[in-house]
Amino acid sequence: MANPQMFQIQEISAHPGPVPGAGTRREEQVCKYIDVSTCIGCKACEVACVEWNDHPFRETTFNDTYQTMPSTEWNYWNLIKFAEDSRDGNLMWLMRKDQCMHCEDPGCLRACPADGAIIKYQNGIVDFQQDNCIGCGYCISGCPFDIPKFNEKTKKVYKCTLCSDRVGQGLEPACIKSCPTGCLHFGTKTDMVQIASTRAKQLREQSGFADAGVYDPGSIGGTHVIYVLHDIKNPERYGLPANPVIPPSYTYWRWLAKPTGLMLAVVGVAAVFFHRVFYGPKMPQPEDLPVVETRPEDEIDAGRKERP
Amino acid sequence: MSSSVDRFDSRARGDFARMGQTRVHRGELLRHPTYTRFLHWSVAIFFILSLLSGFAIYSAWLFRWLTPVFGGGARTRALHPWFGLLFAIFFLFQFINWFGPMAWTAADSKFTRRLKEYATNRYDLESEDTGFFNGGQKIYFWTIAVCAVLFLITGLLMWFDHLVARWLIVVSYVVHDLAALVMLAGFIIHVYEGTAHQPGTFRSMINGTVTEKWAWTHHPAWYRAVTGRDPRDAYEQEKRRLAEREGRPE
Repeated sequence: MANPQMFQIQEISAHPGPVPGAGTRREEQVCKYIDVSTCIGCKACEVACVEWNDHPFRETTFNDTYQTMPSTEWNYWNLIKFAEDSRDGNLMWLMRKDQCMHCEDPGCLRACPADGAIIKYQNGIVDFQQDNCIGCGYCISGCPFDIPKFNEKTKKVYKCTLCSDRVGQGLEPACIKSCPTGCLHFGTKTDMVQIASTRAKQLREQSGFADAGVYDPGSIGGTHVIYVLHDIKNPERYGLPANPVIPPSYTYWRWLAKPTGLMLAVVGVAAVFFHRVFYGPKMPQPEDLPVVETRPEDEIDAGRKERP
Repeated sequence: MSSSVDRFDSRARGDFARMGQTRVHRGELLRHPTYTRFLHWSVAIFFILSLLSGFAIYSAWLFRWLTPVFGGGARTRALHPWFGLLFAIFFLFQFINWFGPMAWTAADSKFTRRLKEYATNRYDLESEDTGFFNGGQKIYFWTIAVCAVLFLITGLLMWFDHLVARWLIVVSYVVHDLAALVMLAGFIIHVYEGTAHQPGTFRSMINGTVTEKWAWTHHPAWYRAVTGRDPRDAYEQEKRRLAEREGRPE
């Protein structure tokens, strides 16, 4: 990943005045912004995702909707979810592009026991490193959005990378590039929240969606994929949790109780060892060499004194 | 236990007795027949395999050095439920085999009340009503039985996690871990008691026999049941014999 600061101009020959842009810093936090109100459900992003990530062509599942398959798969990271809802007694077709939300506080990363299997970049992208993955599936239960998927063949878990390989080279994710309506945006988190807020305001004031708003759940510290929803009060209508949470067992149990348990096991092994040292064996009775003295009162002196 | 299970159990014992053999020398008693020994070590092998592969999942960052034994992290994780399943299956047979003698009695309640004295070697001879198993062994057996059920239920939930609600999986991880820690504690004590703490015990699971001395010391009521002799009398007699030998000049 090229460091953009390396190519910031420091000095300019024969230039009057200070160097333009000196001292400016590039904001590192990236964000994908999805405006569900302008999504037409064309699935170009699904195809772009499969193409860029070199995923095999796979069969779709028809279950009486326009959806390609019921949920994302280990090799199908981007899926538009279609929900038939109603507004003022009329059909309202909700389309939401579902993929990894790249949480600021990622449940998958909290849950993962394998060193280096899940990493989060400075820019907010959460990425799986399959080389270190042991396929335990903890991340699957740790994710509030049901995103990581297990591959039965490789016995490892996969999910959307927010095209970290493209972003690292200064390109937008493949899905963004393919969107024909411009409902997908990519940029810094600040910019995206700004644009999304403006759009939500526009929906509220000009389009009659009084409850329109930005979905950027604070319960997990915000996400690096944000939505503008027609109805921010009921994100469940779009299949999104209102208050996504990481199970508390992945913090307290993992980092407190589990190591304590292991420590107790080590103490247990030491305990039985020293039990043997302190109390000796229980021999079948009577012993061949009868016990002369069990616990000499003057143990210390007995060693020092010379016996006659 | 229903009679068909009993019939299966005695038939298995008979078949294994014909396949293997247990030599009982003079001064020895048969303690564990071939069938029991086979089951014990089958349970033990799959318990240890589950334990080692389980460590690699429990704290993968700490026990990754164990994973090459099973063919890498992902393979360890994939094998673990199979080890666990085989452990549970073999334990089921052991449960049927030992269900009878593991029934809790008044003598076991007495044993647990004297546990502190037992653990600090305050007495040499076990209380005369101690039968084939003592209270401690029975506690361990029933702990395994309860833990095995917990392991099996939570393990199956995690194995087929795509069919189950997320909160159930999350709870299963914790219950599975707790059961493992309880089992580990029992396992450490079990191995210690069977080897270093009570010399003469380990051979009962290898050769199948123990010395009569061992029997009247640790399981007097069982000694009385198999030999018909009084354990205290036998002990006193042996003591006199040793004293006479001691007194006699070489």
